[in-house]
Amino acid sequence: MSTHGGFARGLRAAWTVYLKEVRENLRDKRTVLNALITGPLLGPILFGMIFSFTLQRQLSEADKPLPVPVIGAQHAPNLLHALAAQGLVVEPPPAQGAVATIRSHAAKVVLVIPPGYDAAWRKGQPAGVELYYDSARQDSGTPVRRVKRMLQVYASTIAAQRLLVRGLAPTLLRPVAAEDRDLATPQSRSALMFSILPYFFVLTVFLGGMYLAIDTTAGERERQSLEPLLANPVGRGMLLAGKLGATVSFALISLLLSCIAFAVVGRFLPVEKLDIVLDIGPRFAAWVLLLMAPLALLLATLQTLVSAFAKSYREAQTYLSILMLLPVIPSLLLAVMPLQPRPWMYAVPLLGQQLGIMDLVRGEGVGLVPLLAVLLGTSLAAVLAFVLTRWLYASERLAVSA
Amino acid sequence: MIEVRELRKAFGKVQAVDGVSFAARDGAITGLLGPNGAGKTTTLRMLYTLMRPDAGSIRVDGIDAVADALAARRHLGVLPDARGLYKRLSARENIAYYARLHGLSGSALRTRVETMIHLLQLEAEAGRRTEGFSQGQRVKVALARALVHDPHNVILDEPGNGLDVMATRALRGFLRNLRDEGRCVLFSSHIMQEVAALCDRIVVIAHGRVVAEGSSDELRARTGAATLEDAFVALIGSGEGLAA
Repeated sequence: MSTHGGFARGLRAAWTVYLKEVRENLRDKRTVLNALITGPLLGPILFGMIFSFTLQRQLSEADKPLPVPVIGAQHAPNLLHALAAQGLVVEPPPAQGAVATIRSHAAKVVLVIPPGYDAAWRKGQPAGVELYYDSARQDSGTPVRRVKRMLQVYASTIAAQRLLVRGLAPTLLRPVAAEDRDLATPQSRSALMFSILPYFFVLTVFLGGMYLAIDTTAGERERQSLEPLLANPVGRGMLLAGKLGATVSFALISLLLSCIAFAVVGRFLPVEKLDIVLDIGPRFAAWVLLLMAPLALLLATLQTLVSAFAKSYREAQTYLSILMLLPVIPSLLLAVMPLQPRPWMYAVPLLGQQLGIMDLVRGEGVGLVPLLAVLLGTSLAAVLAFVLTRWLYASERLAVSA
Repeated sequence: MIEVRELRKAFGKVQAVDGVSFAARDGAITGLLGPNGAGKTTTLRMLYTLMRPDAGSIRVDGIDAVADALAARRHLGVLPDARGLYKRLSARENIAYYARLHGLSGSALRTRVETMIHLLQLEAEAGRRTEGFSQGQRVKVALARALVHDPHNVILDEPGNGLDVMATRALRGFLRNLRDEGRCVLFSSHIMQEVAALCDRIVVIAHGRVVAEGSSDELRARTGAATLEDAFVALIGSGEGLAA
């Protein structure tokens, strides 16, 4: 068995198993649909949607005229003129009053200028205006901020004018001047939004291999074809290798298609409007495939391990759906507490891929040491998972249905 | 030739096979008869090396099946109780898959596959996917793939299960042909008629033990029973779990 000829014979058998599993699954509409169409397209389409949505919101927040119902407009024509110059559109006062207008969601913010405004202004006292809004409503935040900012701009202009009239420098009112020096590059600004990208890739790999992992193990047993298969003169390790190979192939092809879809979607996204750079072309795709390859092996092995011991196809599906949540953890972790990447983190499966792909998105490239850490760390985990699966695969319980 | 000596296998506290010994000779059909739960399937599973015995020895054409399972499997054609086919492959592809796993390739493979299709009269459906095949057609394909490497020994677990009369007759004819070619045919059954009609030698199993072994005449003579059926009931102690 351990002779050289035996090993070569085993490899040929593994290849036979591989070809048969690939062929059989290519004939399965559900698998092809999930692994080669839905899976690869899911990430790019979702990403495109999130991107356009964010873009639209940012653009509308920045430029669009802001309609605001104003009560008591006649008391402060100058103020309203200044606000209108900044993009505020004065709406006629609502009949139901400010409070009811906000409560009934008829407007996000209402500006009230009380009758005493003019008198206070003339005396040089702070002239009060009231802003009605409901901070519990999420969409009120931006309009309220904008109106407040407009009022502030107007107030400081007037303050500066009053000082000048009295012969004082307006700078007196600015004892400390804080100025922004934002060091974010367009690339790194985009990284924030793109931190979700790695998860899409992991998800694609997972979905791409999932159906084969189940079909070749729990499915094969449920269809009563595993026991006769095991009567053939092929060691279980070689059977496992062939089946795993087919699963990994589907996962990687799924990932490749996903990369292509991302590259296509990336061409149509109006990234320049956000002043960021998005480089998800062929070079990016090649790097992603390299970083993800050992992870595909690891995930396929884990999927096989889990489904080989599920009692039925359905049970395997349930377990794998739970296992699918696992890759979310590093993404969430990095989102909640952005940790300083350290070299060892690249060696952690999933986390390493997440960090590596983020480096790519930021346009920094992956250094040699992190790259080796990613490849070696995840490969080692994959080999350990394979050895464990191989060991469990030899159990008698595996073959016996029911 | 399959020789079994003092085979034992326990699952937890249940002693499924408790010291089974027998020999299945070349050029003969040997039947393993016993009620459901007697240990027939477990015994056969150890013979075709799906399970390892706790104790005892198995020799297939002189090969120690416990020590060198792969070598023993090359000398065995197996039709287990589970006989699922690959639905998305045609009958021919199902058979060819097993031929490849046995190391056949090229023209040798094609010849063997077509021979099996011819032998089992599968010509009409060979190119069709096996989804929707009748039970009889499925058993034919399962037999064809099990024997595609031309094994000298054939093990069948309850081969008559689920077959109609015509398919059963065809199966019996096929097994007799295998015997006449000089092969060693070993099958299990809980159906007395099947065993009586086919077997040259009968091994009666109950509670994981061999309770009798011999030709049908020998078994009748030994128990003094008039019919083989009475002989079985006398040997096993009850007719429970057997089918006429």
